[in-house]
Amino acid sequence: MTNLPTPETPDVELVCLAKAGELDAFEALTNRYEQRVYGLAMRMLRQEQDAEDVTQQTFLSVLENLEGFRGESSFSTWVLRIASHAALKIIRKRKGLNTVSLEEATEPSDDFNSIPHPEFIADWRQSPAHLVERNEVRRLLDDALTRLDEKHRLVFLLRDVEGLSVRETADALDLNEGNVKVRLLRARLQLREDLTRVLGDPARQLVRSPHHHE
Amino acid sequence: MKCEELLTMLNEYVDGTVDPAVCEEFEKHLAGCNPCQVVVDNIRQTITLYKDGQPYAMPVKFREQMHDALRKKWKEKFPKK
Ligand SMILES: [Zn+2]
Repeated sequence: MTNLPTPETPDVELVCLAKAGELDAFEALTNRYEQRVYGLAMRMLRQEQDAEDVTQQTFLSVLENLEGFRGESSFSTWVLRIASHAALKIIRKRKGLNTVSLEEATEPSDDFNSIPHPEFIADWRQSPAHLVERNEVRRLLDDALTRLDEKHRLVFLLRDVEGLSVRETADALDLNEGNVKVRLLRARLQLREDLTRVLGDPARQLVRSPHHHE
Repeated sequence: MKCEELLTMLNEYVDGTVDPAVCEEFEKHLAGCNPCQVVVDNIRQTITLYKDGQPYAMPVKFREQMHDALRKKWKEKFPKK
């Protein structure tokens, strides 16, 4: 019997063992990432059945393509990449389209010059630490995410929720880093705007002076 | 630095990857511009809220089914084990 995987066993080691046919290693990898994949899918799709499909497809695909995984990216980035593409496929299907794309690199919205300015500016009434405890806040967060275009949503989720770097997010989505940065900025600004309209204190709303040039 | 310029560098500032010379200018602007200060705070809070938000737990029953399906597939792939 080989050594059983422990929570400390690094991904690369588990990947090697799994490639050699160790089921325990493959299961350890699945256990390690299944919640993240499911969470990402739920936030992208907001539908349990679809999130389950994405999760199962992702790990079946990991199993099938494991030999082809050469470690150019980290295992976690690779898994999230597979999951992202599976989620997008479902979104495309829902829209009845064959092509929606993360791939189209040059669209006007990917330009820093067209970044919308913050409109509703106010301090929040409560700290995030208090807010996460409240059940209605998840609803609010998910609604705000849903209002984001999926290509912005996915960049935000990979970068800010899953903690991938800009480079890794770009690799996962086949984008260049410049595109990731612009999309991330748009996503963060739009979410800020949406959340502040609900969580901001109207009594402390600030109005930006039109000719501020400090 | 103007508010608009600050906006384009917001990510780098919030992520702590902005170059030190620019960072100094950024902070000088913030010190004199309350709206930008609040926007930066709001953005940080927004990210924290999503990052620390309640995770979605996978349904236990689905998890079992998925693991069964994966094991079955695994055995087809590595029949000798
Ligand atoms: Zn300003």
